[in-house]
Amino acid sequence: MQLTRRAFLAGVSTFALTAASAAREYRGGIPWEPGKAVPPPVYDPEQTFLTSEERAFVTAAVDRLIPADEYPSASELGVVDFIDHQLAGPFGRGDIYYMEGPFRDGLPTQGYQAQAPALLYRQAIADIRDGLAAAGQPDFIELPDDEKDTLLTRLSKGEGELSHTDGKTFFDTLWQNTQEGYFGDPVYGGNRNMEAWRMINFPGARYDYRPWIDHGGEAVILDPVSVGGRMVP
Amino acid sequence: MTTILPRRDVVIVGFGWTGAIVAEQLTQEGLDVLALERGHWRDTSTDYAVNNAQDEVRYRYRDELFEDLSRETLTFRNQSNQEALPMRMLGSFLPGTNVGGSGVHWNGQTWRFLPTDFQARSHNEERYGADAIDEELTIQDWGVTYEELEPHYDTFDKLCGIAGQAGNLGGEIQQGGNPFEGPRSSPYPNPPMDMVAAPLRFADAARELGYQPFPGPSANMSRAYTNPLGVSLAPCSYCGFCEKYACGNYSKATAATTILPALMRRENFTLKTGAMVLRVETRGGRATGVTYVTPEGDEFFQPADMVFLCAYITHNVNLLMQSGIGEIYDPRTGEGQVGRNYAYQTMSGANVFYDDDFSVNPFVGAGALGQCIDEFNGDNFDHEGLGFIGGGYIAQWQTNGRPIEHHPVPSDTPTFGLGWKQAVRANYNHTIGIGAHGASHSRRGNHLDLDPTYRDAYGRPLMRLTFDFSRNDIAMSAYLTDRVEEIARAMGGNRVDVSPLKVPYDIKPYQTTHNTGGHIMGDSPDNSVTNKFNQSWDVSNLFLMGAGNFPQNPGYNPTGTVAALAYHSLAEIRRSYLQNPGPLVQA
Repeated sequence: MQLTRRAFLAGVSTFALTAASAAREYRGGIPWEPGKAVPPPVYDPEQTFLTSEERAFVTAAVDRLIPADEYPSASELGVVDFIDHQLAGPFGRGDIYYMEGPFRDGLPTQGYQAQAPALLYRQAIADIRDGLAAAGQPDFIELPDDEKDTLLTRLSKGEGELSHTDGKTFFDTLWQNTQEGYFGDPVYGGNRNMEAWRMINFPGARYDYRPWIDHGGEAVILDPVSVGGRMVP
Repeated sequence: MTTILPRRDVVIVGFGWTGAIVAEQLTQEGLDVLALERGHWRDTSTDYAVNNAQDEVRYRYRDELFEDLSRETLTFRNQSNQEALPMRMLGSFLPGTNVGGSGVHWNGQTWRFLPTDFQARSHNEERYGADAIDEELTIQDWGVTYEELEPHYDTFDKLCGIAGQAGNLGGEIQQGGNPFEGPRSSPYPNPPMDMVAAPLRFADAARELGYQPFPGPSANMSRAYTNPLGVSLAPCSYCGFCEKYACGNYSKATAATTILPALMRRENFTLKTGAMVLRVETRGGRATGVTYVTPEGDEFFQPADMVFLCAYITHNVNLLMQSGIGEIYDPRTGEGQVGRNYAYQTMSGANVFYDDDFSVNPFVGAGALGQCIDEFNGDNFDHEGLGFIGGGYIAQWQTNGRPIEHHPVPSDTPTFGLGWKQAVRANYNHTIGIGAHGASHSRRGNHLDLDPTYRDAYGRPLMRLTFDFSRNDIAMSAYLTDRVEEIARAMGGNRVDVSPLKVPYDIKPYQTTHNTGGHIMGDSPDNSVTNKFNQSWDVSNLFLMGAGNFPQNPGYNPTGTVAALAYHSLAEIRRSYLQNPGPLVQA
């Protein structure tokens, strides 16, 4: 591996073996590259998964999950961009999840049994659209807010089956991803200008709170910081 | 085709806490030691730089430090009559991968078990009678005593620079420490951490109720420290990213921050990464070495005189089963030892909500920053007539204010929408959580074996986990949760919400990474997989490290005991085995 070769060049005594195994063999010191870091996989607006119709659904849904008041709604903070980017990447593809069949409906205690998250979104959104059409109702995005809430609540309770996937799994995943986009670091496309952090007074990726250990129950209010560096609204 | 490599004295499978401890101890003997790690090399300053490490999306929710389930996972069911299904995503527990293993993302809460914990069956039978132990429990004595382990607990405390207040020094009870702990041969190497407001409020309430609170023992540095290997750690900066995160500040004791800087310089140590061990090979009752595969699919046989399994418990057990070592436990007949006595932990708690005039500032936190009471752990209280045995500690740890994971709201808050949002805003800085960290007693039906349907990326059957909480666990946890509620109500908030143990056990919500058992220790091959020195009864040059050795799980975090058991084993190997290889205990 690169690290080992650099260590070798730096004079740390190391390895000798066949090329294939030497690349991952460490001996005689700690491989270390000064000044290097592994930055986060930041938001890329080109990396998208959702169709415009699916985006409209997600926008309408996340703004019922976290609506606007004096603080922004989910979509106003970039949560739809966050979700779209995540679904197009390793998370949406399920790269690090066990995705071998057979797929079966499990007990609630057995956890996620759906296909990869991007496919879960695609199937669930289509199933909801088809279900509403079959019942002679308007599309989700055109429903009044209270009917959107009723539908989301039914999904959250596992009521009203979808034809291709599990509605509760979809709700749980969407709601989890919404919170990730709302409260996560802004480098991933959500929590724009760290507004969600300001709302609750979370100071973000600060390194050292030692001056505030003895706060005596007084609120510690600090400008938030992103792992991308301080960001000015 | 399998390439046969040159023989080594020692091969280690898995390079987390115990792998590093084994390598450090045995390279001191001049042995030629090779460690095989399935993951990658990780360097603290590069991979966990302080300006990147505090990232909830990446580390908590995209699992960057945790194992990759696309390669291998397990299947799960609550009861043997159900069909097990794969754990497709991580949830309930978070095994690590890469150099450092799960120890990279631990909290640093570093406990010793009680002397009576090691005599779980004989002590309770003696005090309460045999009928006091539910017939479904398969708990047993460890075959090792607290007195035997004490010097090794002490070694680990000093390696890590544990911060704390001794409660029992050589039999003398000390003011301000845990009066229930076993006798210590020396004080903690560092003073307790500085406390924030929430644990102080918990301690005040506990004291008013007549309990004796003490600072939680912590592997987060309370001051700069240099350990006996000459490795230095830095003072903790209370950044609130310990559990589930790596520390870029060299403030949390891990293999990388306490052992590797010394170990990696030794010429008789070699580490290979990307080496996925598939089997332990045996011939004539001895391990001949291990077979591993690289990410390119090349297969190697590594011959060795001694083999140490230092992977996470499910992987250690899986390697035994895939290698045909020992008999797999059958809960119907009670025969077989491999996979028996899997146990977990019983977690419950309460939230105390305050008005605006009291701010918690939860982000000023650290993994092991807290105050605890131990009155209701183990057999520290009279169980007569209670209908269960065992217990747990009750604590207020202020670990984090990371807002995706931590945004407590009252239990009658709407699931989503404006009401939820406003409740998050109102309570984020004004809520204190306290918890009971309880024992899990091994039960007949709980076990590990091989799944008939699902396979891993290497074509092997997945490990199958069958687990639910025992009647004892449920009754014990309910009792502890009542004590939690009493303290919570004494803490002066405007509202208390109680979160009891969730039954049946659910593989999805995170609870704790304190899985135990499956290759348990004991005093006979009839009741265990290893002897008291972690040595396989079946294959005397095979040693198994980790919480898989626990016959049941006491009410504490396991890492201190995992390390003490490893040092105990290695002391005997150095004292006796190397001169005279063979069984350290006669069966």
